[in-house]
This record gives sequence, C-alpha cells and structure tokens, in this order.
Amino acid sequence: MGIQEWTWVTVGLTFAAYLYIGYRSRVGSTRGFYVAGQGVPAIANGAATAADWMSAASFISMAGIISFQGYDGSVYLMGWTGGYVLLALLLAPFLRKFGQYTVPDFVAARYDSTAARLVAAVAAIFVSFTYVAGQMGGVGVAFSRFLQVPFEAGVGIGMLIVAFFAVLGGMKGITYTQVAQYCVLIIAYTIPAVAIALSLFGNPVPQVAIGEALPLLDGLQADLGLDPYSSPFVNNDLLNVFCITLCLMVGTAGLPHVIVRFYTVKSVRAARWSAFWALLFIALLYTTAPAIAIFAKTAILQQYTSLGADGFLAQGWVQSWASTGLIDTAAIAASGTDVSAFLGAINRDIIVLATPEIAGLGAFIVALVAAGGLAAALSTASGLLLVISSSLAHDIYGKVINPEADDRKRLAVGRGMIFLAVILAGLLGIFPLGFVAEVVAFAFGLAAASFFPTIVLGIFWKRANRQGAIAGMAAGLAFTFVAIVLMRAHVVAPGVFGDAPLLDSFLGIKAQGIGVVGMILNFVLTVGVSLATPAPPERVQRLVEQIRYPRVMSDAELDGDLVAA
Amino acid sequence: MTKEQYWRAQIRRILILLAVWAVVAFGMAIFGAPALNAFSFGGIPFGFWMAQQGSIFVFVALILIYAIASDRADRAAGLDETDATTSGASEAH
Repeated sequence: MGIQEWTWVTVGLTFAAYLYIGYRSRVGSTRGFYVAGQGVPAIANGAATAADWMSAASFISMAGIISFQGYDGSVYLMGWTGGYVLLALLLAPFLRKFGQYTVPDFVAARYDSTAARLVAAVAAIFVSFTYVAGQMGGVGVAFSRFLQVPFEAGVGIGMLIVAFFAVLGGMKGITYTQVAQYCVLIIAYTIPAVAIALSLFGNPVPQVAIGEALPLLDGLQADLGLDPYSSPFVNNDLLNVFCITLCLMVGTAGLPHVIVRFYTVKSVRAARWSAFWALLFIALLYTTAPAIAIFAKTAILQQYTSLGADGFLAQGWVQSWASTGLIDTAAIAASGTDVSAFLGAINRDIIVLATPEIAGLGAFIVALVAAGGLAAALSTASGLLLVISSSLAHDIYGKVINPEADDRKRLAVGRGMIFLAVILAGLLGIFPLGFVAEVVAFAFGLAAASFFPTIVLGIFWKRANRQGAIAGMAAGLAFTFVAIVLMRAHVVAPGVFGDAPLLDSFLGIKAQGIGVVGMILNFVLTVGVSLATPAPPERVQRLVEQIRYPRVMSDAELDGDLVAA
Repeated sequence: MTKEQYWRAQIRRILILLAVWAVVAFGMAIFGAPALNAFSFGGIPFGFWMAQQGSIFVFVALILIYAIASDRADRAAGLDETDATTSGASEAH
C-alpha cells in the first residue's frame, strides 16, 4: 500500500474511535456538559489537557521554527511549558476549589460584578475564536495534502466530527475524545523521531541522540558560514527573548481553555496532580521537538553540502514535496552558493511532515504523522469551542440575559451555541481573514495582560476589589491591543496603514513580548486603584478565605483560628 | 496548627518553587546562556541544553514536588478532602 491508502486507514480508524468515544460519553445535564460532572480522574485530565494544549501549530510548525532559529526557538519550548508551573502553583487548585463552570464565573464572584463577568466572557470568546480558526485551517490543510480531497471538504469533515462529539457530549465527550487524541498524536510524533535517532545515530532516545547530532550540526553550520545552531540571540536580542518567553508563560497560564480543564477533576488534590500529568505528557512532545529540529537541519545541510543545490533538488523526497509548494524549487535552483537563500526557500512546516521521508521511513509512518496532525488540530479545536459556547450560553445567556432558565433549557442553549461556534469556526477556516494568523500569536499577550493578574490577585490578595480589577483588566487589554495594532497593522492591512509599522517597538520590546508590559500595567493598576477605594465586602473576603483550603470549611472554621484536627 | 500557619507555609512553598523556576528559566537558560555555553553537557553546550531540554525537566519536577508536598501539608493540617468535603458546582447553579 502507498502513503495515501495507509493515510485513509489511519485516519479512518482514529476517527471511528473518536466518534465511538463521543457517543459513549453523551451527557444529560449542564454540569456534565460544562465540567464533565467534575468526575475526570487526574491522569485522564492530564492527557486531555495535553491534547487540548498541543495544537496543529505545536505538532506541525514548532519543530520547523526551532530548526531554522536554533537557540532562539527556545522561547516556544520554555514559554509553552513553563506556564504550567504558574498554572499549577498559582491557579489550578484554587480555581478547582471555587468549583464553578467558567473563568468568568470566578471573576464575577470574586469581584462581585456582572460588568467584570461580561468583560471576561468577551475576552474569552475573542481569544478562543482567533485560536480556533487556525485549527480548522490546519484540518483542511492536512486533509488536502494527505488525502487529496478539496480543502473545503477537509474542513467540512473536521467540522462534522467535532460537532458530533462536542454537541452530544459537551466537556465529557470532549475530554475522553482528547485522551484518545493524545495517544494518537504522541505516538505519531515520537515514532519517527525514535526511528531517525536510531538509524542516523544508533541511539533510540532522541533526547540523548542530540548529543551526537548537535556537534555535527554546529560544524556544518560553521563550514557554511552560518552562526552556530546553539548560539543565543542571533534572531532576537536578549530583551525580546526574555519578554517573549515570559509573555508566552503567563499567557499560557491565563488561557481560558486551559484553565477550565482544571474545573473538571474530582478534587483540589486531583487538580494539582493533573497539572503534573499534563506537563509530563506535554514534555514528551516538547523535548522531542528540538531533537527533530536538530536531526532535520543536520540531514538537510548534509544533503546540501554533499550534493549542492541542484543535487538537493534531484532527490526523491524533494521532488514529491515540490508540488505542494512547501519547497520553492525555483528559488533553490537560483540560490547558487547562497545558503541563506537556500534555507529561505524551504517552508518551516515541512520539517515535521517530511522528516519521515527525509530519513527514508515507510509509508505507514508518514500516514501516522497525518493522523497525528489531525488529532492535534481536532482536540484543540474542540476545547476552544467549548469555551466559546460556555461563555455565550452560560455567562452571557444563563447569567445575564435569562437567569431564570432551567437546566434543560440551559443545556439546549449550550448545545445550540457549540453547534453555531463549530459552523463559524469552519467558515473562518475556509475563508481565513488576513488578521487571523497575526492574531493567534497575540492571544497570549492579551491573556497575559487580562486574566492572569486579575485571577492571581483575586486568590492571593483579599484587598483586591472590583474597581481595581476592572481598571487593571481594561488598561492591560487596551494597552496590549493598541501596542500590537500600532506594531503590526501594516502587515494585516498594508494598503490602509502604509508599509512601515506605526510604532517599531515599545522600549525595545517587540509585539510578541508586549503582553509583559500589559501584565505589569494590570498588576500596578489593580493594586493602586484597590488601595484607593474601599475594601471588598465581607462576603467576598470569606470566599477568598474559603478557596485557600482544600476541603470545604464551615463558617465556624472560617471565623476561628484553629483547624479541627 | 492554625489555618493561618497552613496558608503561610503554602505561600512559602510556592515562593521557593517559583524562585527555582525563575533561576532556571531566566537565569540559566536565557541570561546565563552565553556563559554556560562554554561548558559541554553530553556533547551539547550547557546553556543551549538548559533552554531546550533541562528547563522542561525542571518544570515537571517542580510541579511534582508541589503536588507531593501539598498533599502532606493538607493531611498534617487536617485540611485534606473527603468525598463529603470536596467542593462542587451545584446542579441548580
């Protein structure tokens, strides 16, 4: 069988499994629909969080970006894992103790304000929509490249699958499907890496084999007149590497679709352990990605050094990828001896997708990678769609528009909203707006500048009040949004804003890391305005006291000094 | 033990773990990377290895330590959850 037949087999089998699990996990109450009945075991929630978190970008694009940036690609590796330390230590256990359905639920209760709920709900919808459009586009690309169906049909199939298990099973269906999707994506990612490490370096552990590969690669780069792969601050200066890493970390901890996963576990204790399992599962892929990046760059530069640009083009795997447009063969043919022009003609996304072929692995492995990429895109899309639907159906409809609605009515609205969100996300995937790709990276900046400071101060500082939180969130969001628009508008709409940025950087910090400044602004304003206005009511201070302790405390215990034991 | 003592110990634990997090991620893997690259770790410049491998292992270890230590502290203070004292969202919410 060829690549295409194997791909139909792997994709067909995995999709059948997702549908079966989705059907088995159907629910009948809003508690099941939004937080999976708060009965998900820690390890299962860890796997679901990992699948939820690792998107098509993590699976397909990240290793390629690192491969071409060397050390400076570390910002993604550390940024998208280090945030889980903040999440586990500062947010997850306390939000689980609070124990409602959504992030805006917490903001509304802690700051005793419907206005704050609306701001949080709108921010959650905005962040999630920009993110999900990219996932649906990824589904379309994977289908059209590997299964030769039209792009639109690929998006349509993806929408049908997600709609089936999300509308029927809500958070419960999504969670257990994500567990299966994690297994598929991690197998699909690690098998090619292990096979390459074994065939090229005689060591089956990619994380160890890089010890052999990296000196080789640094030597190749030196021969070609490039900076060493391991040299820091070649593409970005120290300040921006620091700010981007911190912004991605804080943004990760502030993304609603990640936070809400910790509402679904049984207990506070399970929330801590599921953060551990989640990062462990994520680390499996995130420590393999830099190895794939090094192997692929080494292989490509070796082929280039020994064959020259023309010989490189004549290879079978290059020929088979040329038709996809991911390798610009004309630019390579014209590159002569200019190695930078040669590297610039290779699309970053090819690194993960073509690595099995570069290393000469069989058709089955290539097909497995296709199924893994689809699992990554679908699992992330479903988690995001649930956040959008819960913000609309629970926070805006259930809490503000029609608080009298009964559980059956709320569940019906939730299902309707998630169906609507799937359709909208699919349309955004088919007709991508120019700004979507730009905005996805900045979802982190906005999350860092809004949710993170507001929630952390809400948990750890009783004195934080409504006025402070609203001022902080509004200023953090507004500053970050305006700064990004000033720096990036010329890329999104070149005709309107000219072709140079209106603002080059803010104190040397570029757009990707600007969320750090927004976050500091939010912290400072929340503290300053809170201190200048009255303390929050007694009721709110009791809530803060309550969420600090794992078990439910009685009123007497909260008033008293001693713990019963 | 008073519940204030429990909470202060919890804060202290979080601050210590976050200090390690910051030293590893920012101190070693970013600000110290050029200097640490002079040392080799299994064939790999150490600053680079910390940025792309070591820091991630440390992050996983930090959360593991936090989960274990918090479990112990909860039990010692009598604040651990039983089925009857686990918080949950009410159905009629």
